[in-house]
Amino acid sequence: MSDSTAGHGPGEHEPGHDLAAGGGETQAAEGAARRRVIGTPSPARSRMLLAETAAGSTAGLPEVREPELPADPQDMDDAKRAERIVAACFVLAMLAGFGFIAAYLIFQVHTVTGTWHSNLALGLTMGLSFGFMGIGATIWVRRVMPHVDQVEMRHPLRSDPEAREAFAETFADGTAASQFVKRPILRRTLIAATVPVAVAPIVLLRDLGPLPGTVLDHTVWRKGMRLLTYGANTPIRPADFSSPGGMITVVPDGFQDDFNALAKAAVIIIKFAPGEVVYTTRSAPADGFTVQNWTVDNIVAYSKICPHVGCPAALYEQTTHHILCPCHQSTFDATRGAKVIFGPATRPLPQLPMTVDAEGFLVAKSDFTEPVGPSFWERGNSS
Amino acid sequence: MTPMTARRRRPAAGYAVVLLGLLIAGAGYAAITEAGSASATGPNIAASAQVSQGRAIFLEECATCHGQFAQGVPGVAPSLIGVGAAAVDFQVSTGRMPAKEPAAQQPRKSPQLTPPQIKALAAYIASLGGGPPVPTSGQVNAHGANAGFGQQLFTADCAQCHNFDGAGGALTYGKYAPPLTKATPTQIWEAMLTGPEAMPVFNNTTITPQQKRDIIAYITQTRSEPNPGGFSLGRVGPVTEGLVAFLGLLLFMVLAAMWITAKHRKTPNE
Repeated sequence: MSDSTAGHGPGEHEPGHDLAAGGGETQAAEGAARRRVIGTPSPARSRMLLAETAAGSTAGLPEVREPELPADPQDMDDAKRAERIVAACFVLAMLAGFGFIAAYLIFQVHTVTGTWHSNLALGLTMGLSFGFMGIGATIWVRRVMPHVDQVEMRHPLRSDPEAREAFAETFADGTAASQFVKRPILRRTLIAATVPVAVAPIVLLRDLGPLPGTVLDHTVWRKGMRLLTYGANTPIRPADFSSPGGMITVVPDGFQDDFNALAKAAVIIIKFAPGEVVYTTRSAPADGFTVQNWTVDNIVAYSKICPHVGCPAALYEQTTHHILCPCHQSTFDATRGAKVIFGPATRPLPQLPMTVDAEGFLVAKSDFTEPVGPSFWERGNSS
Repeated sequence: MTPMTARRRRPAAGYAVVLLGLLIAGAGYAAITEAGSASATGPNIAASAQVSQGRAIFLEECATCHGQFAQGVPGVAPSLIGVGAAAVDFQVSTGRMPAKEPAAQQPRKSPQLTPPQIKALAAYIASLGGGPPVPTSGQVNAHGANAGFGQQLFTADCAQCHNFDGAGGALTYGKYAPPLTKATPTQIWEAMLTGPEAMPVFNNTTITPQQKRDIIAYITQTRSEPNPGGFSLGRVGPVTEGLVAFLGLLLFMVLAAMWITAKHRKTPNE
């Protein structure tokens, strides 16, 4: 369809068409005589052809060839209106393009706010420019060009027998000329040269390792390590954390700025009113697991890392004593050893065994007694 | 038939009589209840005039749910003994109390009581014993506080519910962490100190007064951050931006593709 807009004259078709049709020389001659539009191909392929056809046109060949495409749309009035709209779109696109240049010069990017303004202005002007160009082009195609359905027949992808035979001959000749068969030392050293290239990717697989070993089973919490409030890094006495309904994020002393360690070692502590905590539901005695009271003065410490996929589970509702994970709504009952009561988590939040040291500050009794965070292959029983 | 009788027999007359009756009954009831509340201020047990005024307001506005002596009603409303003046000031100055009706959570609305009334009510509840007092304006003044450090504290202990810039978020069973866009520094302080509804308590020995001011500075400063692009989209992070971009642009591209390829004119070839 774009062929028809490349030039209005019927003389501007591919030369193959002209030759196949055996006509059109007159039109070609006329096209050459007319002032050619900038950016459109010359109607003539060469001066020789032009001379021939110009000469041929005098031989009284058919004057008008039936064009494959109608040159004009059916509704000329509508096309005229559309032409104005398209031109207006292109003018707006041009103005927006100049606006882009102006925005680049006006908005400086040395501040955060300045960068925002610059990005907004540059994006808007560029978007408007391209947008108006696209809208204009679409209206051009839809309303100015004649509307014609064209069919291009498929042809087999396989080359014709002559071309295939010629290629086989060329290949055989080239192989002989290259001496590839006659000189085995060249052939073999070339093959040897490619071997390391093929092997290298296999060796690079080593970077997938090493295996994590038991790293995932432990955190940095150790016996006697103080619990520090996150941010302020102050140790906590039970008397300081005395308001029932209180909750705060704590980190291990010495690792408060080690984000790799905190990714697993972050803990929340929760203060309950007397009698609210139920100790015995953490694990049934039938499991052979000794139920221990790891709380201090009704303060309980749970891992902040959700055992589902590792989000920070710390939405604590002090009225219901539920801990929620914001990612998938796993809900844990903080009074019952963080038992799962809703959501996709399969096991409770690990509890940090806790006691107080000689100075009365909260300290860990040991590391977590189970791996924190999501399940992993070597963890075994996932519940 | 006299003209008067004719008017009485018109269909609208019945409605007019019912309306009139309702108006009289309503006005009479209002007058009676007005007199009743006025008489409640009569007998007083408390010493100061402010406490007695607060007791009067309590009986009028709060006692229905919280009980005659603020002792609470199981299953309806909690005891207010020991909650302190800060809790009263927070609940009433944010308009959450007095509540219109029982709900999973009371929404913020315009306060029903005037500041002097709130002060009196708070004095009465404080007189019942215990609880943190209302902070002074100097205590909550975040001028010169470290908003950057406040952000660190906020992201550690507040952002999980209130979102990273205080836009709020959902909890369970209709409860929610409210947006902090309208909370005053005093209200933020009181909320941290008293833990209203499902919110945990952050007392002054775990989050110190200076750290509270840092958090207030972060919350109030975040509100004035510009919205690049002109729309805040709720300020709940890249999720809405992505959703708007995805749905909006997808719709736009589908419509554009339909427009570009649509056939709307018959041609002679067809």
